[in-house]
Amino acid sequence: MAVSQMIGASIKRREDPRLVTGTGSYVDDIPQTAVVHMHVVRSTEAHARILSIETGRAREADGVLAVFTGKDLKSEFNAPLPVTVCFVPDKKYPNHYPIAVDKVLYAGEPVAIVLATSRAAAEDAGERIDIRYESLSPVLDIEKAIEKDAPVLHEEIGSNLSFDVKFASGDIEAAFREADVKIKQRLIQQRLIPVAVEGRGVLADYKPFTNKLTVYTSTQIPHFVKVWLAVILGISESNVRVVAPEVGGGFGSKIRVYPEEILTALASRRIGRPVKWIEDRNENVKATHHGRSQIWDVEIAAKKDGTLLGIRPTQWLDLGAYCSQFGTFQVLGVLVAQGAYKMKAFDGRSVGVFTNRTPTDAYRGAGRPEATYLIERVMDLIARETGLDPVEVRRKNFVRAEDQPFTTLLGLTYDSGDYTITLDKALEMVDYKGFRKEQAEKRKQGKYLGIGLATYIEICGLGPAAATQAATGVSLWGMSVVNLHFTGKATVIIGSSPHGQGHETTYAQVASDVLGIPVEDIDVVHGDTAIGPMGMNTYGSRSTALDGNAVHLSAMKVQEKAKKIAAHLLEAAEADVVYENGKAFVKGTPSKSITIQEIAMAAFQTNRIPKGMEGGLEATTFFDPSNFVWPFGAHIAVVEVDADTGATKILRYVAVDDCGTRINPMVVDGQLHGGIAQGIGQALFEEAVYDEAGQLRSGSLTDYLIPAAPDVPSFELAATVTPSPVNPLGTKGIGEAGTIASSVTVINAIVDALAPFGVKDVIMPATPDKIWHLMHRNGGSNR
Amino acid sequence: MRRRVAVTINGAKYEHEVEPRLLLVHYIRELAGLTGTHVGCDTSNCGACTVDVNGHSVKSCTMFAVQADGAEIMTIEGLAKGTTLHPIQQAFWDEHGLQCGFCTPGMIMAAKQLLERNPNPTEREIRLGLEGNLCRCTGYHNIVKAIQAAAKVMAPGAEAKTPASVS
Repeated sequence: MAVSQMIGASIKRREDPRLVTGTGSYVDDIPQTAVVHMHVVRSTEAHARILSIETGRAREADGVLAVFTGKDLKSEFNAPLPVTVCFVPDKKYPNHYPIAVDKVLYAGEPVAIVLATSRAAAEDAGERIDIRYESLSPVLDIEKAIEKDAPVLHEEIGSNLSFDVKFASGDIEAAFREADVKIKQRLIQQRLIPVAVEGRGVLADYKPFTNKLTVYTSTQIPHFVKVWLAVILGISESNVRVVAPEVGGGFGSKIRVYPEEILTALASRRIGRPVKWIEDRNENVKATHHGRSQIWDVEIAAKKDGTLLGIRPTQWLDLGAYCSQFGTFQVLGVLVAQGAYKMKAFDGRSVGVFTNRTPTDAYRGAGRPEATYLIERVMDLIARETGLDPVEVRRKNFVRAEDQPFTTLLGLTYDSGDYTITLDKALEMVDYKGFRKEQAEKRKQGKYLGIGLATYIEICGLGPAAATQAATGVSLWGMSVVNLHFTGKATVIIGSSPHGQGHETTYAQVASDVLGIPVEDIDVVHGDTAIGPMGMNTYGSRSTALDGNAVHLSAMKVQEKAKKIAAHLLEAAEADVVYENGKAFVKGTPSKSITIQEIAMAAFQTNRIPKGMEGGLEATTFFDPSNFVWPFGAHIAVVEVDADTGATKILRYVAVDDCGTRINPMVVDGQLHGGIAQGIGQALFEEAVYDEAGQLRSGSLTDYLIPAAPDVPSFELAATVTPSPVNPLGTKGIGEAGTIASSVTVINAIVDALAPFGVKDVIMPATPDKIWHLMHRNGGSNR
Repeated sequence: MRRRVAVTINGAKYEHEVEPRLLLVHYIRELAGLTGTHVGCDTSNCGACTVDVNGHSVKSCTMFAVQADGAEIMTIEGLAKGTTLHPIQQAFWDEHGLQCGFCTPGMIMAAKQLLERNPNPTEREIRLGLEGNLCRCTGYHNIVKAIQAAAKVMAPGAEAKTPASVS
């Protein structure tokens, strides 16, 4: 396929010159005259009835143009914020409107908006709004939330239980009867704050008389935001344009339609001027959704030779105060918890509850890090209980290459993969046997080294239209348009909406590979609903598997038409025309060729194309693959735990990942680096902490620690390449793999280091304080 | 009560009447119109707003505009010469030292100061030197590589290597 050798080339990103010079435009950088600034006044209470909101003093303040409360705005919402099916069709959930009216359900929920001539004036006026609340007891504990006497968030539902669903297959009772080894373990997925370095921001401009709305928003899903702005505000969808300009990171936190997108647009419509809202970090930590916040209980049935017979995992999922748009996507954690292994029975359950905290939704990996954490802790727990090596336990239970395509107990079919190849390579890179010797030596000296591994599989490339329609309510096709201009330059429109992933570069490589047009002559455009058909946006490591392949297919269609035109111009039969490196020629006579640039020009000249052919050289594709894609890999961490301080130092981090065909290996590695660091953040540092009143205590980057440069090592990466059979490029996803594997890899390493202290599990984040106490719980007698 | 502030940014003179509470970063972005300097937190943790003030690396959200009165300031927009990138900018591009790009201007300005103080830093020194600049995309791996690459190019006596122009 690789006609131009562009597939697999680590070419430098075309996005970067503007970004390294500060000339890219994020939402807050877009020049806009006469803009009005919106400040959102947020609930200071976690759970309360709103008794009154007195806005008179705010309205009189300098620079203030208007103040609106939920009561003022509620009649303008034609629909609540969207909630998708996401694996749980029968869940109960409340209607969630963009602004509270009678009751607030988490600290940070919008209760009023102030519009003023400057941001400072809007914030000052916000201080002059007097809100009276009747405080209610907050619900903050996942398990207590569904106790009988718990205060209820949503009276119309009657309890804090949204759903309690089973995902089971095989005879779990038989598995436990057969088991020599039975283990019960509770695992915690602490609540995380995504912290994209750019918070969210919205610039909305509603034009009265034409009734046209343009919204710039820092989002991963401009196409979905367009739909819901139209639906919720009752505007014709054809009159709404949504643009995602430069977006400063997402990690899932910009995957949903947010209250502030609706409120900013509504404010613009109310006052007839452009309105801008820029989230500050203080708001971001509360107003942008959180991730994880789950308790997992698992029962394990295994044999003493390490054979896994079955697991019974229960996921207790904290939805937060509402059911967010993709809130139950996190249930995927149960669906893919079988991991890279065979077993006889799986008895999964997921329980979703409401609490008085920020809603949770997709966060890098969304269910898959939780699934991987579970099954990879299970493997280590079996190893510890049986005395076998964790590597051997994994090997014993692996789905083998000859089992592919392998169907899991819950009916998901893996597309490809030999899981031993990444594992073997990673073990070799880290010198596993050598390390075990060193570890034993060091222990004698009172130094505690540990090694941890994870051999993950990941479902991504969301996805096949029918499966995603059933799971999420939307058919998640890949979309592209490849359009050749008169002079032979090309514009590629994509349905994905990157925010750091480099699609402008990699998709130009894909188009260039097919058409032989130089990358610099191909402009890749995205994130603007006015430029092409509806796209399905960027999340779930889907873009390259879907939209990247859609670009390939559109380019192939263009090539087909180009060959027809070339045949006409060369006076040859179409079947005899060969297309190579941007040139068409009759088989055997490459010297008499015609270039794609000449063909493009001919496509706009009716006397140079075959009779009856439509003019132009353009193709559109909605790509529907036959299956999801299933990347896999093996990660290994080597850590040292300091017995005096409890601090963990990651000495080495080795990762061997297989994401199928790598279009731009430099970009692939970059995705892994960031993903691994983000998972290390969960393992070692990050946790959203609430106090008993429901106030977020880790509400700034001073209190909520994300990894800084000294906290992570340089990463040692390698790759194997097993092309996916379900798409023409053979690509899989790589955006989340690092995070999916790294949290559990690091925790397994820490638990291994602490084995001499009888430690079998460490709760994330593995802070020095926690580890020190584990090492000294018996007065340090194990040392 | 407004106060008069006069500064030089990237060689150009600016003078405005400002509220004393106006932060330097907001002066740079809103009054000077230089939006390459970003705001990523409220607590001086993230470093996205890092600029040079009188030759010192400063998080411009920790300083009032009035405190910068009379200062010579350099922002990310002042680093390239025409379309020729500064060696650090070039190295971030060459080594894939950025993804979403939001932290990048601050990261590059911090790296510039780091290399001015320590032209030949070890990996550990680079990591410690960047502790005040947060990146959520790159895991810092390629940022470290970029700064190592830039250090080589910028080292005294290094072969005069002309970075490619940005077309």
